[in-house]
Amino acid sequence: MNKFSPKDHLAKGLEDSVSQTIKETADKLEEAKGMDCCSNTEEEPKTVNRASMSEEELFTFAEHDMKESERMGYTEYSYWRSTFRTFFHNKVAVFFLVLMCILLLFTFIQPLLPNQADPNQIFFDENGMARANLQPCSEFWFGTNSAGQDLWARIWGGTRRSLIIGICAAIAEVIIGVTIGLLWGYVRKLDFFFTELWNVFDNVPQTIVLVLLAYIMKRSMFTLIFAMSITGWLSMALFIRNQVLMIRDRDYNLASRCLGTPIYRIIMKNLLPYIVSVIMLRMALTIPGAIGNEVFITYIGLGLPPSAPSLGNLVNAGRALMMSPELRYQLIFPTIVLSIITISFYVIGNTFSDSADPRNHH
Amino acid sequence: MGSYIVKRVLRSFVTLFLVCTIVFCLLRLMPVEGYFPNFDKMTPEQVQHQLEIKGLTDPLPTQLGRFYNNLLHGDLGNSSRYRPGIAITEILADKVPLSMLLGTISLVISLVLGLPLGRLMTRYKGRIPDHIGTAFIVVIQAVPAVVYYLFIQMYGTSLMGLPLLFSRDNLATYILPVFSLSLGNIAYYAMWLRRYMVDESNKDYVKLAVAKGVNSKELMRKQIFRNAVVPLVQYIPTSFVLTVVGSIYVESLYSIPGMGGLLVKCIQSQDNTIVQALVLIYSALSIIGLILGDILMTFVDPRITFGKKGGSR
Repeated sequence: MNKFSPKDHLAKGLEDSVSQTIKETADKLEEAKGMDCCSNTEEEPKTVNRASMSEEELFTFAEHDMKESERMGYTEYSYWRSTFRTFFHNKVAVFFLVLMCILLLFTFIQPLLPNQADPNQIFFDENGMARANLQPCSEFWFGTNSAGQDLWARIWGGTRRSLIIGICAAIAEVIIGVTIGLLWGYVRKLDFFFTELWNVFDNVPQTIVLVLLAYIMKRSMFTLIFAMSITGWLSMALFIRNQVLMIRDRDYNLASRCLGTPIYRIIMKNLLPYIVSVIMLRMALTIPGAIGNEVFITYIGLGLPPSAPSLGNLVNAGRALMMSPELRYQLIFPTIVLSIITISFYVIGNTFSDSADPRNHH
Repeated sequence: MGSYIVKRVLRSFVTLFLVCTIVFCLLRLMPVEGYFPNFDKMTPEQVQHQLEIKGLTDPLPTQLGRFYNNLLHGDLGNSSRYRPGIAITEILADKVPLSMLLGTISLVISLVLGLPLGRLMTRYKGRIPDHIGTAFIVVIQAVPAVVYYLFIQMYGTSLMGLPLLFSRDNLATYILPVFSLSLGNIAYYAMWLRRYMVDESNKDYVKLAVAKGVNSKELMRKQIFRNAVVPLVQYIPTSFVLTVVGSIYVESLYSIPGMGGLLVKCIQSQDNTIVQALVLIYSALSIIGLILGDILMTFVDPRITFGKKGGSR
């Protein structure tokens, strides 16, 4: 063998180090032999026997002791448990979580309670006149609106409808938005495709889509959810994409790429955990955002008809009566409910995004 | 980077073409009734005749060809329903500067107030300034804009004696609209800057800097802020160019003759030429905004690259 190849060198090096290790281990065992007999006599009979073992017996595999390794290596750490513990540490957030749950439960239980009016029932007095614009009283807790309908029933019916719209639209938005955002941000080859796709979708006005959908389909809750989902994912996708852009060329991602980690794994293990806290905050804001969007759609006259009360058309109906102070309750009650929903989601989302960051765990 | 930008600008033209064509086709799907305010009273012959005058009976490719031909000659067309017979450029020349002026003033104010507010909140995290700021953000986020705009108008005019209706020459009438427009943006910038700065200040390099005894004010300004502002920077150019869209609520409240709601109004009255022109302008601007945002991001954070550098995937 005339030529010296690096492969041989490597193999020789390996051989050397292995033989070195064996030698060292043997030396150590030799030492241990001397010490064993005096120190570990009571604890384990096996150890005592070692002194009298032959060389071959000493080099058998050690039994894996489950109990022992559990005692040494087990820590009671679980990411999600730790996150929830940090979350429940914040009393304000827990308060809003409870409030939110009560509100959610109540909106769905309310129609089943006794003595509840139908949201579309018009109340008449003895003379056959509609009992319109009644101030809040014992019979109508939130008063009646300008058509003589019970505002209490309308508000809860509206909250229920708005929450369903908001939650459905937000789920669609998060799923589509996060997926597209991650791919758009991380995969360079798709950058071109998604940027232009985004531009096309972003620039077709939502109003045109809504007008057309209202024309093709019936003006209903489903149409609204559908229309909001078509356009809703855009801001989420751009947001995620910007987040990913900032970290995609950081050294640890570069290292993963060099090691040949598949894209799916990089996205799930490197990118997502890093931005999970901002996604949480964003997610918490999408539900109130979707409800706010519904208010806007109603404002431009494409929302649900008054026979299907929602927070959007209630706020809008109240807005028209703003200038007469004694009727202002019709604006204030739906606004309060809407605000409670938004505040709860905001506080819960903010706290959760704080606790989703392991650096904030104690 | 340079070649990347050139490529993107070239691609943008394709996108613009796609957007215009798609919107053009969508508009042709609109119900026929929508073109005439008194559709019920018209005979089918009249409807047919009117549609022919508008050129809506021609096959779609002919209509599309006509539109692009006019566009290349710099002609956006005339309004048909909104202000019949008036050139769109004339309508826009009147409205665009007003909306942009109000929008730009309020955006500058929100940046000037919102970013320091976010910084202040981070610095005193968990203490009184943070709580006050959070309360402000929560209120602005929670109450729908339609509602608090109304309250601002009501109390602004009754308690502070500010004029209700907007007039171009009277600077005092600018205060309430600008104030209304700014509030939401201030809350937005403060909220996100706080979020990013809090995330940033948990990082190891900050801990090291603190341990080394770096002046906390300097650390905030030079390191945490600089890193935290990157994601916000992307939106700033878009926000500035899109001030041209105006605000539908504010402009209708103070009867400002701006762009707010023009698109919505024209879509609903099916004034196709204006819709087409507006879509073209808005999409061109938002595409430019996105490109500028990406460029700005690479300036603020040099680690971000768009070219081939950094390994291809």
